[in-house]
Amino acid sequence: MSGTATTSRFALALRGSLLARLSLGTLAFLYLAAILAGWIAPYGYDDESRAHSWAPPSQLRWIQGRPCVHPVSFSFDESARRVYVEDTSRAIPVRLFVNGRLFGLDSLEAISPQDGSSARLYLLGADARGRDLLSRLLYGGRISLSIGVVGVSISTFIALVVGGLAGFFGGWVDRSLMRVCEIFMLIPSFYLLMLLRATLPLDWDSRVVYLSIVLILSLIGWAGLARVIRGLVQSLRSADYIVAARALGVHPLVVLRRHALPQTFGFLAIQATLSIPGYIIAESGLSLLGLGIQDPQTSWGNLLQESMSIAEIHLHPWSLIPGLALFLAVLSYNLAGDALRDALDPRGGR
Amino acid sequence: MIPMLIGVSLIAFALLSLSPGDPLAAQRGNPQVPDELIRRIEAQYGFDRPVPEQYLRWLGRVVQGDLGYSFKFKRPVAQVIRERLGATLLLALFSTFLTWLIAVPMGVWSALRRSQWPDKTVSVLSFVGMSLPSFFLALLLLYAASMLPSLPLVGKFPIGGLVSPGYDRLDTLGRILDILKHLLLPGLVLTIGGLAGLQRIARGSTLETLSQPYILAARARGLSDRRVLWGHAFRNAANPLITLLGFEFSALLSGAAFTEIITSWPGMGLLALEAVRSKDQFLVLATVLMGSLLLMLGNLLSDLLHAWNDPRVKVS
Repeated sequence: MSGTATTSRFALALRGSLLARLSLGTLAFLYLAAILAGWIAPYGYDDESRAHSWAPPSQLRWIQGRPCVHPVSFSFDESARRVYVEDTSRAIPVRLFVNGRLFGLDSLEAISPQDGSSARLYLLGADARGRDLLSRLLYGGRISLSIGVVGVSISTFIALVVGGLAGFFGGWVDRSLMRVCEIFMLIPSFYLLMLLRATLPLDWDSRVVYLSIVLILSLIGWAGLARVIRGLVQSLRSADYIVAARALGVHPLVVLRRHALPQTFGFLAIQATLSIPGYIIAESGLSLLGLGIQDPQTSWGNLLQESMSIAEIHLHPWSLIPGLALFLAVLSYNLAGDALRDALDPRGGR
Repeated sequence: MIPMLIGVSLIAFALLSLSPGDPLAAQRGNPQVPDELIRRIEAQYGFDRPVPEQYLRWLGRVVQGDLGYSFKFKRPVAQVIRERLGATLLLALFSTFLTWLIAVPMGVWSALRRSQWPDKTVSVLSFVGMSLPSFFLALLLLYAASMLPSLPLVGKFPIGGLVSPGYDRLDTLGRILDILKHLLLPGLVLTIGGLAGLQRIARGSTLETLSQPYILAARARGLSDRRVLWGHAFRNAANPLITLLGFEFSALLSGAAFTEIITSWPGMGLLALEAVRSKDQFLVLATVLMGSLLLMLGNLLSDLLHAWNDPRVKVS
C-alpha cells in the first residue's frame, strides 16, 4: 500500500466521519497547547505562591467592559482550613500579551499598594503550593502527550527488528526470539512495570527520568507487536518479489529492510495510533503512584496525585481536572485510531 | 508451563539484581539491629553471594515450596500472598460476573438494533468507557461516594479498604454484607472499564453470526426471531466471547492493580506496589511469579471453555 493511497483513503474516511474529524481536531488542539505551553500558560510550572495554597478557581468579573479578577485573601475556619474571600475593593484586569505571555495579570498591577502582596490569576484553581493548575496542566501535557508517541516509536522499532528477523529467517532464530517474546507477554503488564521501575533510577535529572519512563513503557509494549510483525513477514517470505530479490543475490538484511518490512507499515500505523493511549495511561498511572515524573516537573498523572487523598478531595475538586484532560486525549486517540482502522482495513468495513 | 515460569523468574531476578536498592536497607539503618544479625541474614539468604548463585539457591527453595521471607511484613511470603490472592480473586470474579451480565445482553441488543439510535448511543458510551483510565474512574467514584450522605441501611459508604474497623464483632451475615459494601466501588470501576470492550465484541460477533446462511435458512423455515437468536445464533456468537473470558479474567488479575491501589483494596496489585516500594526482593519475585501463573491459568481456562462450547475444537 503506497503512502499517497493510504493518505487519500484516510482523507476520504475523515470526510465521512464527524467524530473522526472532531477527535483529530481535539488532538491537534491539545498538542498545540502543549507545545506552546511556555507562552500560553500564565505562570511557570513551578511558580509558587504560598499565600494561595488551594486557592479556588478565580471568578472572572466584567468591570468596565473587560474581564477582571479580585485579589483573594484567606482566614482560617474552625477546622483550621483556609477560606478564601475576594477583596472587591480592587479589580485587576486580565490582559492579553503581558509579561511575555499570551494572557495574565500585569505583574505591576497585581501588587497591592497596601501590603505589597501579589494577586494571582487561577482559572482552574491552585494546588497545595499555590501553583496555577492551568499552567501546570499545559506544561504537563508536554510530557503526557509526548511520552506516548516516543514510547510507541521505540517499541515499534524493537518489534520491527525482532519480529522481522524471526519471521524472515525462521528456524532457531525464530524459535529463540519468540520464546523471549512469550515470556515477556506472560508477565502481567503491571508487574512488569513495577519490576522495570525497580531497576531504573528515577531520582536523577528530570531528563533521565523521562527517558527511563519511556524505556520502561516501550519494554512492555514490544512483545505482542513483534509476534504480529513476525506473522506478517512470514507470509511475505514466499512472495515472488522477495524470492526474486534474494535470487538476485541481494543481502538478506537488505531484502528484509527494503522490501519486506515496508509492507507492514500500514498495519503499524493503525497499531501505533491504537496503542498510544495505553502508553499515556501507563505514564500517568506510574506518575500517579509517585513512581514516575517527580514534582516540581509535571505530567497529568503527577498532577492527579493531589486528588489521591480522598478525605480532602471535596475541598479542592478542581484537582481532578488533569484526569479530564487525560480522558479527552485518550478518547480522541481511540476515535482517531478507530477511523484509521476503518480507512485502512477493508475487511473491517461496516 | 514450568519452563515459561522459570523464564519469567529469570527475567524478574535479573532485573531485580540490576536495581540499585538493598533489601536489608531498613535493617541496616536500624541501630537496634546488630551488625552480627545482618551478616547472619545475608549469609542465610545468600545476599553476599554472586547473583547467579543467589538465583539458583532461590529457585531451589521455591521448588521446595519456600517462597522466602518478607522483610516488610516480617512474615513468610507465602502467607502474605495467600491473604492478598483471595481479595484479588474475589474482586476479579465479582467484576467479571457483573461485566458479563451487562455487556453481553447490551451487545446483542445493539446488534439487533444495528445503526439505529440505541446502537449508536451504546457505541458512543462504550468509547467513553474505554477511554476512562481506571484510576481516574476510581477517583471520580470515590469522590462521588465521599459526597454521599449517610444512608439509612448502609450507613456511611466506605471509601476504600476490605472491611470496616468493627468487622470482627459482626456476625456472618454482617461480615458478608460488610465485604460486599467495600467490594462495590472497586468492582464497579472494573466493570465499567470492562463493559466497553466486551460489548463491542458481543455486538460484532452477533452481527457476524446473524449474516450466516444457516440463520437465513432458519428464518426461511419460519422460526420466530427469538428462536433464531437464542437457539441458533447465540451459541455460535458466544464462541469468541468465551475465548475472551479467560483473557478478561487474567487481564483483571493484573489490570485491577491501579483500581486496587486507589481504592486501597488489599489485593495482589497493591501488594506488588508495596513490595517494589520497600525493595522487598522475595515478595516482588513472588508477586510477579503469581501474576504470571494466574495469567497462564486464565489462558488455560479460556481454552477449556472454548473446547466445551465448540465441539469443533478438540482438546489434545
